[in-house]
Amino acid sequence: MNSPIRTWRFHGGVHPADGKALSNSVPAQRAPLLERYTVAIQQNIGAPPKPVVQKGDTVKKGQLIAEPGGFVSAPVHAPTSGTVGDIVEVPGANGGAIPAIEIISDGKDEWGSGLDPIPNWKNTDREILKKRIADAGIVGMGGAAFPTHVKLSPPPEKVIDTLILNGAECEPYLTADHRLMLERTEAVLEGAAIAAKILRVDRVFLGIEENKPDAIAALNEKAGQYGVTVVPLHVRYPQGGEKQLIYALTGRSVATGGLPMDVGCVVQNVGSCAAIRDAVVEGHPLIERYTTVTGTPVANPGTWILRFGTTVEQALTFAGGVKARAAKVIMGGPMMGFAQTSLGVTVTKNSSGILLLQWKETAEYTSNPCIRCGRCVRACPMKLLPGPVSVMVESENYDEAEKNYVMDCMECGVCTFVCPAKRPLVQHFRRAKAEINAKRRAAKAKQA
Amino acid sequence: MLITILVSAGVVAAVGLILGALIGFTAKKFEVQTDPKIEAVQELLPGANCGGCGYAGCADFASAIVTKGADPSGCSACSDAMLAKIAEVTGKAAGKKEKMTAVVFCSGSFSRSARAADYNGILDCRSASIVAGGGGKACRFGCLGYGSCARACPFGAIEIRDGLAVVHPELCRACGKCVNVCPRKLIRLVPASAPIHVYCNSLEKPAKRRKFCKNPCLACKKCIRTDENHMQMQAGLVRVNYSNPPEASFVEQVKCPTGALQVEEIHRKIAALKPVEPAPKAAPAPKKEESK
Ligand code: SF4
Ligand code: SF4
Ligand code: SF4
Ligand code: SF4
Repeated sequence: MNSPIRTWRFHGGVHPADGKALSNSVPAQRAPLLERYTVAIQQNIGAPPKPVVQKGDTVKKGQLIAEPGGFVSAPVHAPTSGTVGDIVEVPGANGGAIPAIEIISDGKDEWGSGLDPIPNWKNTDREILKKRIADAGIVGMGGAAFPTHVKLSPPPEKVIDTLILNGAECEPYLTADHRLMLERTEAVLEGAAIAAKILRVDRVFLGIEENKPDAIAALNEKAGQYGVTVVPLHVRYPQGGEKQLIYALTGRSVATGGLPMDVGCVVQNVGSCAAIRDAVVEGHPLIERYTTVTGTPVANPGTWILRFGTTVEQALTFAGGVKARAAKVIMGGPMMGFAQTSLGVTVTKNSSGILLLQWKETAEYTSNPCIRCGRCVRACPMKLLPGPVSVMVESENYDEAEKNYVMDCMECGVCTFVCPAKRPLVQHFRRAKAEINAKRRAAKAKQA
Repeated sequence: MLITILVSAGVVAAVGLILGALIGFTAKKFEVQTDPKIEAVQELLPGANCGGCGYAGCADFASAIVTKGADPSGCSACSDAMLAKIAEVTGKAAGKKEKMTAVVFCSGSFSRSARAADYNGILDCRSASIVAGGGGKACRFGCLGYGSCARACPFGAIEIRDGLAVVHPELCRACGKCVNVCPRKLIRLVPASAPIHVYCNSLEKPAKRRKFCKNPCLACKKCIRTDENHMQMQAGLVRVNYSNPPEASFVEQVKCPTGALQVEEIHRKIAALKPVEPAPKAAPAPKKEESK
């Protein structure tokens, strides 16, 4: 596919079987209203929000139920109108149990967010728009759940010249962003234009893998109107990694430990863009999202518009239940998602997919010693040395691992995917990152 | 030819002699005076370099004892006889110390606890604890059973029996290494004189605990009602009052409904029991995630 701008090829990467055909031609469907939602209080990276409702309170759809616990935090809103129940514990997608607010639906589903629509955003002050985005609880919906208003507030000394919309959706099986770009094309583009206004940039790229020709065509039709350039990219995992996408579109590399804004870029997921538009133009806070419910065991794989607080079990019921025995339930995609141990896990702002795998599709294996084939080194998109670093972690030599940039690992899973010795490399790196972070926190606490 | 060999041999010998003399001279001139006492004390220390004393190893501690007057009883691995000998060398009486031991507060061996998932990752507790589901067992608070503590123990005092870490008090020297390594923070050092413990660490709602485990503490407080002086609540958990531990017979007296309150020696034996359930009749089913 012809590209309107020069593009670059990031180092490494792989081509896993993509499994998108299961769900990419099914239009997204709105999930029926549930009787009860358990809305996780913390759905963002950063400070946990604080609940502001009491048991027995009546709430309207979109009403604030937990306020941000700091600048890097995002409020949470009621998914429907009804009464507030208990604060319950639900299993978290990353393990453990997390507190959630129970909302019992009254069946009326009445809006009452208290946020006024701003249809004339073009002539509205940037700070007002930014505050609206913060009030609507918008976070990075691609997976990291980093509060969007923080990304849109770069410190004054950083010059931002490019806004990048991440529509790559390189993760196998997931088609939520694909359906969103196809069905809510203008919402995505308008949200992007709002973000561009806030950042005062006029260079806006939308990076999309070329395996979504229908979405590319739909976007191209409207993109000019909103000042967005749609750039089809080669299909290669992890094309949608933040640093990989920046490199592919601008040729700029983010230094180790750096942020996209160091090279003048801000990256937003397309889902977040559509949410920005809804928050500004309609005055609707973020209470639902496109989520792909897929996998061979699912009866009707497809994309669903799920409200936060829906459990995996309920989502699977919408999709017609399972027709074959599932061996693994994954929140997210097969490369970066987390296998779950309970169907009570709830959909949150960054749940891009719920994936079921059959026993024969999963792999049970034993980790073997590294045979020094170097495949992981060739494949790692962050140009790390996964094999040697994993050996350092195995011998608990975290200092050495830190010197070898283990903190730059984005846990994309590429190295584990290619390793012929079946080494669980990413798990080693997650452990190392946890240990190093704990050490850094301890050092900081000592200083203070 | 012969001349060449002789000359080269002579040169080598001469260089050797000169260098040897030089080394001898510097060794005498810059000799470091080591206190013979330090070496003597170091000989008496266990030499395990466990670091439990807070120094960089046995040699470092030995020099601290002699030069800085550190208390030898800071070494938890030293026997009383050894401490007495060290006191002879230094001429200072060692302080008194109470013998401590590590206890793993969990009774959820594989056959006595429920599984939430099949775990197929790195067989190490610290690695398992960072994945969702935390390594397979359903209880979020109990022992993972992948033996990080056992590998960390310099004295081989911890054994993994049927997926549960069990301390052998007669080998444990209370160095505390295992306490720091356990990601579930299940291990504590307590006086070795206490013969019974509450083997449960769960902060789950008491009603739910039975789902996960055959011997959970239900926090019914029967034991505390039996004798408030011996038992107490500590941070939400029922624990023996280690400043006034009860006799082993206390277990009989209380009749803990789940058996979480147990005599150490018996606990060790139960943990060794392998699964008692009869083998499943159906062919091994494809493993699957827990569903309700
Ligand atoms: S998981 Fe980390 S080390 Fe492995 S390929 Fe990805 S970035 Fe590189
Ligand atoms: S791919 Fe696996 S075996 Fe090959 S060098 Fe990397 S870690 Fe070692
Ligand atoms: S006590 Fe802790 S470190 Fe030891 S096996 Fe159990 S979970 Fe692992
Ligand atoms: S069991 Fe724990 S405290 Fe006891 S010797 Fe071993 S590591 Fe040290």
